Amino acid sequence: MRCEEMQKLLEAYLDGELDLMRNLEIEKHLQECAPCALLHKNQQALRQAIHSAALYFSPPAELPNRLRATLRQASKAETRRSFLPWRWVMVASAMVLVAALVWFLVATRKSSTEELLMQEVIASHVRSLMADHLTDVASSDQHTVKPWFNGKLDFSPNVKDLAEQGFPLLGGRLDYLANRPVVALVYQRQKHRINLFIWPSTKETDEAEKITARQGYQVIHWTTSGMTYWIISDLNESDLYEFSRLVRT
Amino acid sequence: MPHLVAAYNLARWLTRNAHDAEDVVQEAYLRAFKFFGTFRGGDCRPWLLTIVRNTCYTWMQQNRAAELKDNFDEAMESLESTTLNPEARLLAIVDHQRLRQALEALPVEFREVMVLRELEGLSYKEIADIADVPIGTVMSRLARARKRLQQGLLDNPHKEYPHEV
Repeated sequence: MRCEEMQKLLEAYLDGELDLMRNLEIEKHLQECAPCALLHKNQQALRQAIHSAALYFSPPAELPNRLRATLRQASKAETRRSFLPWRWVMVASAMVLVAALVWFLVATRKSSTEELLMQEVIASHVRSLMADHLTDVASSDQHTVKPWFNGKLDFSPNVKDLAEQGFPLLGGRLDYLANRPVVALVYQRQKHRINLFIWPSTKETDEAEKITARQGYQVIHWTTSGMTYWIISDLNESDLYEFSRLVRT
Repeated sequence: MPHLVAAYNLARWLTRNAHDAEDVVQEAYLRAFKFFGTFRGGDCRPWLLTIVRNTCYTWMQQNRAAELKDNFDEAMESLESTTLNPEARLLAIVDHQRLRQALEALPVEFREVMVLRELEGLSYKEIADIADVPIGTVMSRLARARKRLQQGLLDNPHKEYPHEV
């Protein structure tokens, strides 16, 4: 080994970075070459000086505690951050709840106007039976009943004679529903009275018939050709439905 | 607190100030805490020292950017080891205070390899990883730093280094 190579490797040798073969070569060279041995000695002296100089700085005694406090805070913040998704879940579910509430309100507002009307219809029916004011014009003749409404309303109802089908006409009267005067036709089936309310619909579209049972009464209502029909009676459902079918056709 | 002594020692040598070293160590441990996911197992110390070292550099860029531009006096590079006074008086005259000052006076990239090698006893490979330079650069930096220290110790004790001003 030449001195030049030796000097290049000397530090790596002292730092313990060389393999065994190189180490042996260097040790051999150091025994044979005085100038290189002196270099080696100087290097060693420096290392010893560094190691003996207590150059190592020790941290202040309170640093570990301060560090722990800092990390604890950071860890709390981290935990808070990791909860963030839950917060989003909560926000999302709150939004769903609000949407559901709005939908519910809109939906029930519609159905509640219908429900209100239903109550009016039932009240009107009950009143017509109670107060002995079933008919203003008592006649089984449709040609008597229909003209009777002339001049009393801004529409002319279709009055059918359904006596042959088992629903004799008893007469008609003026009633007041949905904030307007309406036609009330009264039919009978055995001992059961049927009120048929007719008035012009505020809706553009037709509505299929809907049967509802309320307080022991069957209520059927639908909208067709711009007219709203409500039928109410204590008649059984199938007979009343048959009646509604006859009115519709 | 794992490796706090090594972390503080490195930060203290790189910042050359006790108070700044504490700040850097706190910041470094916070980063270590955040980026623990990047730790690939094995010896935790080089990983932590890498974070401390990088935190130091960030801190110095923000507070003492001038120090990072500090370079070795090129005249020093012409100094041949063979011109060192071969006398073994080096051993005799070693003044620990002067050695500390000489080490502190080194530019930061030389100081860091010296601290990691001589005080932490890390291998060239580990130092190369921490300082993010090739092993060859670690070796040349160590060689130049040692020359500088030897020179400093043999020189007039009252000599001032230009970057100490």
